[in-house]
Amino acid sequence: MKLVVTVVGKDRVGIIAMVSQILAENNVNILSINQNIMDGFFNMILLAEISESKIKLTELQKILKERGEEINVQIKAQHEDIFNVMHQV
Amino acid sequence: MITIDDILETNRMITENKLDVRTITMGISLRDCAHPNISQFCRNIYDKITTSAEFLVKTGEDIEAEYGIPIIHKRISVTPIAIAADACKTDTYVPVAEALDKAAKEVGVNFIGGFSALVEKGFTNGDCILIDSIPQALATTELVCSSVNLGSTKTGINMDCVREMGEVIKRTAELTRDRQAIGCAKLVVFCNAPGDNPFMAGAFHGVSEADKVVSVGVSGPGVVKHALEELKGADFTAIAETIKKTAFKITRVGQLVAREASKRLGVPFGIIDLSLAPTPAVGDSVARIIEELGIESCGAPGTTAALALLNDAVKKGGLMASSHVGGLSGAFIPVSEDEGMIHAVQQGSLSIEKLEAMTCVCSVGLDMIAIEGDTSAATISGIIADEAAIGMVNNKTTAVRVIPVPGKKVGEMVEYGGLLGYCPIVPLRNQYSSEAFIARGGRIPAPIRSLTN
Repeated sequence: MKLVVTVVGKDRVGIIAMVSQILAENNVNILSINQNIMDGFFNMILLAEISESKIKLTELQKILKERGEEINVQIKAQHEDIFNVMHQV
Repeated sequence: MITIDDILETNRMITENKLDVRTITMGISLRDCAHPNISQFCRNIYDKITTSAEFLVKTGEDIEAEYGIPIIHKRISVTPIAIAADACKTDTYVPVAEALDKAAKEVGVNFIGGFSALVEKGFTNGDCILIDSIPQALATTELVCSSVNLGSTKTGINMDCVREMGEVIKRTAELTRDRQAIGCAKLVVFCNAPGDNPFMAGAFHGVSEADKVVSVGVSGPGVVKHALEELKGADFTAIAETIKKTAFKITRVGQLVAREASKRLGVPFGIIDLSLAPTPAVGDSVARIIEELGIESCGAPGTTAALALLNDAVKKGGLMASSHVGGLSGAFIPVSEDEGMIHAVQQGSLSIEKLEAMTCVCSVGLDMIAIEGDTSAATISGIIADEAAIGMVNNKTTAVRVIPVPGKKVGEMVEYGGLLGYCPIVPLRNQYSSEAFIARGGRIPAPIRSLTN
């Protein structure tokens, strides 16, 4: 199962490092990262494979959300199917 | 492969345009709970509901979190109580409503529908007891919703029941007068009621349904409005195409949620209800879509045509996105639950007469309309008869959910809070009486289905 992680917030040092560390700690494999800075705002969309991970998705979401809040970025992690069903016939 | 634009579009729909799945509703048959002793019957239904729906709310919350899509309501519908309780030796079903309320609270749903009777052709003893119990049942419970189907295209309209329901609505308002007649917000009178509607207050589990089913009602007026904002000056072909594409996307999310809920609960999937269900929040209004199409204020000439186009395009787009469609499927126009409708009433551009015309082309009927408390029972019955006639002749579901708020006059506001919203008292412009018409009783025969002029 694939996971879409979106991160939005004010840019600072170490956002990608933090997100990827949390994912690595939970055995979630990053497949692609798309990231840019617009008007000082950090935007990242990350696709990851979560099938090998032991952690429950809702638990992982909670960790990402809480750690994101600590550094003032909004982190959302969603099952990729919501995007697949909406945009593919 | 999903693109970045797709991801951003979906998340914008959810965060900015208030896309949500409005409800996951579990339908539960109570036909196997019948018992002559009402206390035993109440225990039977309590046990069946709490066992069947034990994980409904948790499952809904899990799906909500995993996919990042809000699921606003988790609800239960049951077999019409007039049928399930018909064998009980009793003269009131109020204890049954209390058992339903207790079961709903136990499993954590926010409404339970099915304190209902289907009497389009005639009454059984159970139907009479149920209708008689409605005011007290709605006054003493919080989560129970009630509905009565009193007409259909195949059978005509039960005018005895039309007369009775005018009285029942008045009594319900009186018994809940300390809460601005909120009992009436939980009571719907139908013509052609579907047995698989997941939306409250009219949901019940139809007699032809399986033992348990899961149905989903989608929403998304804000998403449609946003899509149309980019089409300033475009013609109606382009408008219809855009609404269809948007409805497709919205419904696909509903289908995903329904499929997951069905799988996780081990309960068959019933239907997706393709509805545009507004909320009182700004940016989640059906009236504002109509205004986006070029009507200055909802209710002005052109409103019915705009609504017809919207309703039709939503169905066409949604149909292809779902394996089974049913319920009420169409744009809802509940006045107190739609910020744009409330505004239109306040401006004097939307009247109950125009709303009646609008119900000819959309789902469902005169919905969540607060009227003056001294409106007579016969006038309310007249409103019900007119609305049922529209449904009967046009082969569609229509409904009436009006709230005669005791002590309130035109110009005053009523506030229910939450999704039930707030509303100015809507004036009834025509003050002449329907008394003698309603007093006749009997049945209006089923309509002819040819020579359709």
